[in-house]
This record gives sequence, structure tokens and C-alpha cells, in this order.
Amino acid sequence: MDITIPILILAIPLFMFLLLGLGGVKMSHKLAGTLGSLGMGTVLVLSYYTAFTYYFSGNPEFIDGTTRLQYVVFNQTWLQFTPNLAIKLGFLLDPISALMLIVIPTISFMVHIYSLGYMEGEKGFQRYYAFLSLFSFSMLGLVVATNIFQMYIFWELVGASSFLLIGFFYTLPSAISACKKAFIVTRFADLGFLIGILILSFYTQQLDFLPMTQNPQGVLASFGGATFMGASVLTWALVLIFTGGMGKSAMLPLHIWLPDAMEGPTPVSALIHAATMVVAGVYLVARLFPLYMLEDAALMFITVVGAATAFYAAMVACAQIDIKRILAFSTISQIAFMMVSLGVAAKDNVAIHEGLGYMASMFHLFTHAMFKALLFLGAGALIHAVHSNNYTAMGGLRKYMPITHITFLIGCLAIAGIPPFAGFFSKDEILAACFHNNWFWGAWMMMVAAMTAFYMFRMYFLVFWWNNPDYAKEHHGHLPHDPGIAMSFPLIFLAIVSTVCGFIPFGKFVTFDGHEYIIHLDWAVAGSSIGIALISIFFAMWLYAKENDKPRRMADSCRWLWTAAHRRFYWDEIYLFITRRIIFDGICKPIAWFDRHVIDGTMDGFAYVTNKASVAIKGFQSGKVQMYIWWYLIGAVVLGLIVAVCVL
Amino acid sequence: MESVGSTICYWIIALAIVIFSVLTVTTRKILRAATYLLFVLFATAALYFKLDYEFLGAVQIAVYAGGIVVLFVFAILLTTHPGDNSEQLASRKKLLGLVGALCAAGACGWALCSRCADIFTSLPSMSNPTMHRIGEAMLGTGYEQYLLPFEAVSVLLLACIIGGVVIARKR
Amino acid sequence: MDITLIWYLVPSLVMFCCGVYGFLTRRNMIAMLVSLELMLNAVDINFVVFNRYLFPTSMEGWMFTLFGIAIAAAETALAIAIIINLFRVSKNIDVRDATKMKN
Repeated sequence: MDITIPILILAIPLFMFLLLGLGGVKMSHKLAGTLGSLGMGTVLVLSYYTAFTYYFSGNPEFIDGTTRLQYVVFNQTWLQFTPNLAIKLGFLLDPISALMLIVIPTISFMVHIYSLGYMEGEKGFQRYYAFLSLFSFSMLGLVVATNIFQMYIFWELVGASSFLLIGFFYTLPSAISACKKAFIVTRFADLGFLIGILILSFYTQQLDFLPMTQNPQGVLASFGGATFMGASVLTWALVLIFTGGMGKSAMLPLHIWLPDAMEGPTPVSALIHAATMVVAGVYLVARLFPLYMLEDAALMFITVVGAATAFYAAMVACAQIDIKRILAFSTISQIAFMMVSLGVAAKDNVAIHEGLGYMASMFHLFTHAMFKALLFLGAGALIHAVHSNNYTAMGGLRKYMPITHITFLIGCLAIAGIPPFAGFFSKDEILAACFHNNWFWGAWMMMVAAMTAFYMFRMYFLVFWWNNPDYAKEHHGHLPHDPGIAMSFPLIFLAIVSTVCGFIPFGKFVTFDGHEYIIHLDWAVAGSSIGIALISIFFAMWLYAKENDKPRRMADSCRWLWTAAHRRFYWDEIYLFITRRIIFDGICKPIAWFDRHVIDGTMDGFAYVTNKASVAIKGFQSGKVQMYIWWYLIGAVVLGLIVAVCVL
Repeated sequence: MESVGSTICYWIIALAIVIFSVLTVTTRKILRAATYLLFVLFATAALYFKLDYEFLGAVQIAVYAGGIVVLFVFAILLTTHPGDNSEQLASRKKLLGLVGALCAAGACGWALCSRCADIFTSLPSMSNPTMHRIGEAMLGTGYEQYLLPFEAVSVLLLACIIGGVVIARKR
Repeated sequence: MDITLIWYLVPSLVMFCCGVYGFLTRRNMIAMLVSLELMLNAVDINFVVFNRYLFPTSMEGWMFTLFGIAIAAAETALAIAIIINLFRVSKNIDVRDATKMKN
């Protein structure tokens, strides 16, 4: 394959970032927005072309009979440290990177268009588009990485651009602390990632993915059965790498940054915190999946973390008021679904299951990206109309905003898993994979799926039904209305995609080993999941369709649980306790004291002595040249005498 | 064994250097000091000639005797009030200066006599540095060639010209 | 009778010490500068003589002398410019009066 187009896919967003970042000040908002969107549109066309070429061309580079191959378009050495150790930058095409080449530009392009309306008139509009381009560049670079170090570089770039976008409204203190929190938490997790990379590359003597994933037994052999603290070193490396994924994908207990990251502009939440960056952790595990398959312990860890996160986030989402927070927790929960799906794809089951779990995870990644971006953009439209993030300020909006209403409903149906919407198909595959592994995980995830349907429809009914507040009075005569074409088009487009994309025969394109995998619905699982989802929806409808005091009574009946869920089970407080009370008070304060009194004291002492000494000897600096000569001469003679006496 | 003529030559030069040096710093009239300095510089040039460094002697005469001393004379004429051409020196200061200079002379002289008195007794033969050699040494970049210092000195002189103009300019 | 190394070094030493004496005692800045020239000249002689006696085949001392002369010229020109400027300010070139960089 020609390397021009893959290079352009990466170069255009980078160029756009530089152009808008450096020249944006001189541009009008309209020009900057149009340029950014056009750049992203070009990338969209090029990546679609690349991905479709990969999937459909039948070129022997890409497919060998029925097996899809991993194809390195280019792999350029960037930094050569030693003959063995080089950092390369490259472009890898395989089923999952081609999948991401469809997902990222699609969502990114929709967000670019949507932002034309949503961010209209905001200060720093050009900067916003520059950051969007930087983010798209980093994310594309991440998914096409040919080696784990390139992935790490772009991983950090993604984190940095996410930091910039969350903190876009940098005059708001909450936005500043949110972006710092996101950056610090993910950085902290990335430390684990880096250590994992170092361990892995230390034993395998390379960084490239392909030699590792195509020969997992060789990797296992290179570790030679080394163990550390009761677990094999390979498990440690994989778990540490997964820690990086936990940070980016907001898994328990590193999830605390994601809800706060909703301080960023809503389209950013749709792009970063729903569809692309947060699935980087899933993508990372999928990329290294052949290695994870070697170690049951690592997979078990992923499953447990994912299952716990999914349940926790679903619980919390049931008790939030801010609609973006609800969506954030639902994102955490859905990402956890993907993680669990990868985790249950263990090798010691029947061969079919590893294919199923892996495929289901990627399928859900794809569909979730579409419908969650849709939901976030819909939430953006609501916030734009009502000027509040809380559902308490909304209600009965279906009459005022029909387009938003319909598209949002489609998104909710998709995430709840009602056929024929996309989420049904992918979630059903995940549940099937869980049941194949172990009935416990299946039942557990089924319960989480029911909760998902409940909290999504709780939000839906509270926003669009419930009561009918007097908007005219609250907004000085302005009634909420559907947004303009720039914001409605992405909603409609994503709604259509969310409706139909479940019918894509996904197993044909993305499978674990490249072989085609025929999806056949397991109607026992599918039926029960539909049933449970419908029950949850009707329950939400019974509670929230019309204004009443049932929800309040329910909350009162187990007030402690509701409060705990509302306060997100006190994770932030626990973190604060650890950082403030233990780390700051216990460690930092003594260090600060030491710094202030011992180190600064020493330096102050130096300054004091120097000062006094200069005052004492400043009389020598009299300005009388001949005195200087005298001193010089005496010194020279003494020195000469010393040399003469001692040396000669 | 040097020829007698050479020895006589040496004595004339050495005596001229010593006498005029002493006179330079002891005369009270500043213009005379400059003149004695000129003689010292000439004697030095003669010494270079005697050591077969003709080019260096020529440079010494051209730059020192022709340039610097003229500069001195101009400066003296510009800065000295007519009739006020002498300075009285305090005898204490003179004595102190004498002690300092003698101390330095003693220290150096002792080192010289104890180390150099009986070595390098005869003048080794030498091929004259021809202009060709000098040019190559000055403009080459190899071993014992000095293009970089040469350039540095050029820049220094340029800076000096500009600095002199700037400092002495009337404000 | 051989003219040895030290025969040249002794006049050079005398010249240097005269320079030191002059520099220490004279108050007129031009006279001090003259003494300075004496010292520099003595150093130049040393360079040349050592070069001639010790390393007759190479030219290092020779070169140093040449550069020394150039630098002495530069230094004198600059110093005289400063002295003339001082004279213009204070009508006086006594070194004891020039103790401040700025008035």
C-alpha cells in the first residue's frame, strides 16, 4: 500500500493544529472553524479510504484467503539508542486499527461540525479547533502505533490534549481543577504503563507489537518463568500496562477524573470522554491480547476490575442530577463492559469464546462510540437550550425540542439494548461471552445492563417528560428550541448510524485471529436481556413519566444508599483523605519544613556570610589603581618566592 | 664563541636598555619620558635584529616607535598645561616604589641566577623566518599556525578603533 | 665569550622592574602608561629570547611577541582615548583623582 495516504492521515491534523494554533489569532471564528472542519473532513475521507481498502480490497497484503493479516505500512526508525533499542514511528493496519480509523475521524468530524454551532462566539474559538486537531492527531497516532513506545508517546499526547480541552474554559476554577485532576490521575496510571513497558521490553528485547503478538510463546519463553512476589513477571508487566489503561479508561479506582472532566465543553466530552480517548485502555488490551491470553491471572484481574467498575458506575449513575455526570458514569460502566468482555475471553474455554469476547468488545467499542457521542451531543443541545446541566431545570422538553428528543431517545434505546438499535447486538455478544465463561459474570453483567437501561430512561423521562416548567418565565420569554443545522446534523447522522450499525456483520471484519467469525444470536441470552431491559424501562417510566413523589419516597426509604451513590460512594473523599491527610500532612509538610529551615537556612547562611565578608573587605575596592598594583605586586612576589623556595 | 663585534653590539644594546629604562621612569618631565621610551623601544628592536628576527624588529620599530610613541606624544601635548611639565613625587612614595621594584627584581633575579645562569650557553643556529614562513604560520590552520589568533587580534583592533572613537567623541 | 640566555634576561628584568617602579610611583596617567609599555616590552623580549635559544626551529614565542605588540598598540590607543576623555571632564590626569567610575 502506498504510504502517502497513511502519512496524510496523521499529517493533516498536525498541520491543522499548527496552522490554527499559530495563525488562529489572525483568523475569524468562521474561517478557523471551517478550516478545522475541512481538515478533519479530508482526514475522514482518507481514513475511510484506507480502512475500506484494508477490509474490502482483497489485496494479498491484507488478507490471506480468509485470514486478515496485520500489515505494517511503514515503520521508520526515529531514535536509535543502541543496535537493539530503537524507537520507531510507524503505521500499522490490522482489523482493530482500521476499525479505529473509522470510529475516530467519524466522531471527530461530527464534533467539529457540532462545535461550529455549540461554541459559536466563545472566546478562544480558534484555540479550541487547534486543540481538537491536536487531539485527533494524537488519537490517530495512538491507534496506528506499530510499537508500544510509539503508543506510549501518543498516549501521553492524548492525555496532554485532553488536559488542554478539559481546561478550555480556563477562567473557571472548577475547569482548572478538573483538568489538573484528569492529567495527574492519568499520569499516575501511566507510570504503571511505563514500568510495564520497561519490564516487557527488558525481557523481550523489543518494542514492536508484531513480533510479540504473532509469537506469544516466544515472549513467554523470553521471560523464562521468572516470578516476582508469587506471580510471574509477565503477569506483573501485563497488569502494570493494564494500569495505564485503567487510568485512561477510568476503571475503578482511577475513575475519579472522568466525572469532573465534564467541566470541558460538551462536544469535547463527546469526542474524548465517550468515544475515543477513554477506549484507549480497551484498545491497548486488545492490541496486546495475545500476551494477555498467556496469563489467566492478568485476564482475571481485568475481569474483576471491569465488573466492579461496571456495577459501581451504574449505581452512581442512578443517583446523579447533572445529566453530563450521568452520561459520564454510564460511559465508565460501558467501557467496563468492554473490559469484562476482553477479560472473559480466556483461552481455556472452548476455542470459540476467545473470538467471541474479543470481537464483542470491539463491536461494543464501535457501537458505543456512536451512540454515546450521540447522547453527549444531545445533552449538549439540551444544555445549550436550558443553560443548565441539571435535569431539575429541565422537564417536558419533548414538545420544544423534537429533533433532540427523537435522537436522544434513539441513543437511550441503543444503550439500553433494545433491538434493532446498535447497542443490542454488541451488548448481547458481550453477555453471551460472559455466560460462556462463567454464569456468575453473565448474571452480574446482565444486572448491570438492567441498571443501564433504568438510569438512562430515568434521565430520559426526567428531561423530556416529568413536569412542565414555565420556561418563558425563567428565560425571559425565550422558549427552549432545537439547535441550528450545524448541531442537528451530527445528531441526526449519529442517530441513523446508531440505528443501523448493529446490522454490520462485525465478525467478518474484526476478530481476534483474523479468521471470519459468524455471529449468531444466542436467543436465550438475547431474549432475557431484552426482557430485563424492557422491565427496567417500564419501571423508569412508572417512576418518572409524570411528576409524582414516588422517586422521593423511594430515595427516602433508603436514604443512606441514595446519598452514598449521589456522593459517588465517597471515592473523592477517600482520595482527598489520602492525599491531604496522609501525603500532604504526613510527608510533604515535614519535607517543606526541612526545605524551609535546613536547605533554605543553609543558603541564607551562605548569603549572610558572603554579605558580611564583602562588607568587611570592600575597603580594598578603593578605586586607587596604584593600590591595586601594590596588592598585585606583593602577591606576585610572595608567589614567586614560594615557587623559588619550594620548587627550585 | 661569539665574535668580538657581536659581544660589543650586545653590550651597547644592553646598556642602552638599562640606562634608558631607568631614565624613562626617573625623569620628571613627561615628554622626556616618552622620548626615553622611544630609545628603549629602538634598543629592543636592535636586540631583535641581533637575534636574527628581522621582521619582528621591523614591526617593533613600525608599530611601537612609529605608532605608539607618536600617540603618546599627541596625548601628552593634548593633556599637559603649558609650563606644567613636571610632577613632584613624595620621597616616601618613591622609596616604597623602589622597595617594591627591588623586591620583584630580587625574587626574579634569584630565580634566574639559580636556574638559568649556566644553561643554554651558546646561541643555536637557526634558519631565518622568511616571509614565506611567516605568512604560512600566520594564515594557516595546522600545527603551529595561527589563523585564529590572527583573526582574534584583527577583531580586537577593530573593536579598539570603534571603542576609541566612541570614548573620545565629544558629547 | 658566549652570550648566554641570561645575558638577555637581565636587561629585560631591569626594564620590567623599571616599569614596576614607574607604575607604582608616577601620578600622571600617561607616565603610568609609559611604564606599562616598558613592562610589556620586557615580556616581549623574554618571549623572543626563549624562543630563540630553546626552540630555534619553531616560532611560537615569535608569534606571541607579534600578537603582544598588536595588543599593546590596541590597549594604548584605548587607554589614551580614556585618558583624554577624563581630561576633558576633570582637566586633570592625576590617577589619584580618578577613583570613581561615575560622578
